[in-house]
Amino acid sequence: MRDITVTGVRPVTGLLATLQHTRYVLAENPVTAFAFGLFVLIVVTAIFGPHLVPIDPLQSDTAQALKPPSARHWFGTDQLGRDIFSRVIVATRLDFGIAIASVALVFAMGGLAGVAAGFFGGWTDRIVGRISDTIMAFPLFVLAMGIVAALGNTVTNIVIATAIVNFPLYARVARSEANVRREAGFVQAARLSGNGEFRILLTQILPNIMPIMVVQMSLTMGYAILNAAGLSFIGLGVRPPQAEWGIMVAEGAAFIVSGEWWIALFPGLALMIAVFCFNLLGDGLRDIVDPQRRT
Amino acid sequence: MTETMPLLDVRDLTVEFATRRGVVKAIEHVDISVGKGETLAIVGESGSGKSVTSFAVMRILDRAGRIAQGAIQFTSIDVATASEDEMRDLRGREISMIFQNPRAALNPIRKVGRQIEDVLLEHVQAEPGNVKEKAIEILRKVRIARPEERYHAYPFELSGGMCQRIVIALALACRPQLLIADEPTTGLDVTTQKTVMELIVELTREQGMSTILITHDLGLAATYCSRVVVMEKGRVVETAKSDTIFKAPSHAYTRKLMRATPRPGVTLRDLLPEGEATPVLAPQPVDTTTPFLVVENLVKEYPRQGVTKTMAQFFKREPATDSQAFRAVDGISFSLARGSSLGLVGESGCGKSTTSMMINRLTDTTSGSIMFDGEDIAEIPAKQFAKLPLRRRIQMVFQDPTDSLNPRFTAARAIADPILRLGDLDGKDAVRARCEELARLVGLPLEFLDRFPHQLSGGQKARVGIARAIALNPELVILDEPTAALDVSVQAVVLNLLQDLKAALGMSYLFVSHDLEVVRLLCDHVIVMRNGRIVEEGATSRVLNAPEAEYTRELLSAIPHPPV
Repeated sequence: MRDITVTGVRPVTGLLATLQHTRYVLAENPVTAFAFGLFVLIVVTAIFGPHLVPIDPLQSDTAQALKPPSARHWFGTDQLGRDIFSRVIVATRLDFGIAIASVALVFAMGGLAGVAAGFFGGWTDRIVGRISDTIMAFPLFVLAMGIVAALGNTVTNIVIATAIVNFPLYARVARSEANVRREAGFVQAARLSGNGEFRILLTQILPNIMPIMVVQMSLTMGYAILNAAGLSFIGLGVRPPQAEWGIMVAEGAAFIVSGEWWIALFPGLALMIAVFCFNLLGDGLRDIVDPQRRT
Repeated sequence: MTETMPLLDVRDLTVEFATRRGVVKAIEHVDISVGKGETLAIVGESGSGKSVTSFAVMRILDRAGRIAQGAIQFTSIDVATASEDEMRDLRGREISMIFQNPRAALNPIRKVGRQIEDVLLEHVQAEPGNVKEKAIEILRKVRIARPEERYHAYPFELSGGMCQRIVIALALACRPQLLIADEPTTGLDVTTQKTVMELIVELTREQGMSTILITHDLGLAATYCSRVVVMEKGRVVETAKSDTIFKAPSHAYTRKLMRATPRPGVTLRDLLPEGEATPVLAPQPVDTTTPFLVVENLVKEYPRQGVTKTMAQFFKREPATDSQAFRAVDGISFSLARGSSLGLVGESGCGKSTTSMMINRLTDTTSGSIMFDGEDIAEIPAKQFAKLPLRRRIQMVFQDPTDSLNPRFTAARAIADPILRLGDLDGKDAVRARCEELARLVGLPLEFLDRFPHQLSGGQKARVGIARAIALNPELVILDEPTAALDVSVQAVVLNLLQDLKAALGMSYLFVSHDLEVVRLLCDHVIVMRNGRIVEEGATSRVLNAPEAEYTRELLSAIPHPPV
């Protein structure tokens, strides 16, 4: 009998093993560790931001309008004399919230539709496939604009529009992952154990494709933030005077020519860092869940 | 064999792999030498380091691995210190390698003839003017019928055995001095294995090459090689001439391997290491008066064409013809008595798996009846069967223990799944108690119940699969090559376990296998299938000792046996 495990080390199970593996990956991969740190920073800012800022982001002071960065106003002030640093910090919650909500929504819609398409095949597959094709036939940003314009100019509709344009990405990944597992031995075994098809989908297939979906979610987070900011930039969704990175960039764009660069630069930087962080994190997560990369 | 100047001389080789748990020594102090024109077998079970040894010789270890110690001398070249350029020249031209999966080794979108030409041109063995003739000549040499035609074939158009011959052709294209064949026939049918191995041996002799055959199969090593090296856990435990090693194995591990290899004239208990065999259990008395499983005229057809073809036919208004369906199972009939075991034997594509999938109601039948304990279960659609009480009574053990366990379920959760869905136990504790009882029954230590599949060895995973199958006390268990993915010593234990469980629980087995020797040990009756039809059936001892059908004889004679 060769009833010894290869490593010879007592395997640890559950949460502890996951933590150990995560620590290992982070230590091996400083870029992912950095992205992870940035992510924590963004989450903290989103949660506690409004309580941390020194100055009310909506409070205007025309005497202080268009002042460059200084000790009092770290990022300077805008045309109404509002503190840009405070506005950038406070906007995190809104932008991050829109991204999280839309990614959660598209995961629920696209992920489930894709898993069902891949697992059941046939008509389910055809319908989901054609819906994806239809969405992809449009330039995605134009489609998002159209949806928001048609449904009404609200934050909720930005979330819905962002979810819809991301639908094909999720549906396709979930479909292909579910499809390869459709006839896997453990699925057949589940049938023998008396599981119905729908239960197999939920208890056998879905947990196994979750890691891939989480990576997908992280990678699309950046796009979701950009999309929301882009829509606000062209005047859809979030309305002034609310602080939002896209609007702030749009407002500041007019002043760049006259030399007031800080109004557009700092919200733009915040946007860039957030997107950058999610993309790096997505790559890192892929390494964590991909067993091929484990040594 | 003269020992004066070996072609390949491996001395004191140690290979290390850097893993996250520190440095692991894959092989330690390995000494192997291959003389000119010699065929050497390296035999061992999984994890013995036999493949790592060959990778080290080719210097194709992956990034984490390195040669820590020792020397590899190939003719006058020191492989351990040679530059990458020298090695590239050596690989292919001087040393060639054949891998296990021939399809993976071939480029799927390039004609096989072209792939041979690529190798010839790369190593300057032919001019662009005459390369095609040379390629066809090589195809002829590896016994490919109609080589001019097959030159234009793509790998997917050829059978597994044919693909392996193409791979051999690629390996031999440049007339290397040494051929390393790493499990070249695993996954091929036994008759194909015979032709492929005979081809390798013959070409070796013709071209004056040396060959290293890496295999887990002692019989194969003994039949085709002159010398055998046995490896265990990264060390060479025995090196001897193949005709002496089996008569007088000197190392305990070799003896254990020898014992565990199924062969004529032994019982299941003989496979276990000396002193570990328990007495054979007396079978439970069962009611054999009523028919248990009677299969009649079972047929499974698959349509040959897809939707596009059907559409084309619709618009052309051509009537669909019957010949367009492919008959995987072509009207077979047999019966199985309660408490007995029936072997379903045949080569790949003979319809044995399709038959088993229809009987366990995972696949719908096209026509025919399956009478299970007086009820025709062929009429119940496979989709509905999962929720019927009948489901409890027919269970299955799958071929690949890894693939058949959900990677996200612990062993206990996997075993509990049928109990939770179909069983009548209430409460967490009762289910857990039943899981522990089953684990004891299949010999799985209780502390392994909370592990995930990737933390278990192959044998342990097989036990989990068996525990799951017997969790509901089924009456009929379908065993689909349950030991095909296991090492021989583990196979010996699992086969004995299955035998004991059958006796203790009064189950009936339908045992699907390509391995006649395993069927001989476990089954009372056997059915030999070919192309969806039954070629021969009868009592196992009769069919395997005095086969009537030509095909059965062919199958039996293709099995390589160690000389006893």
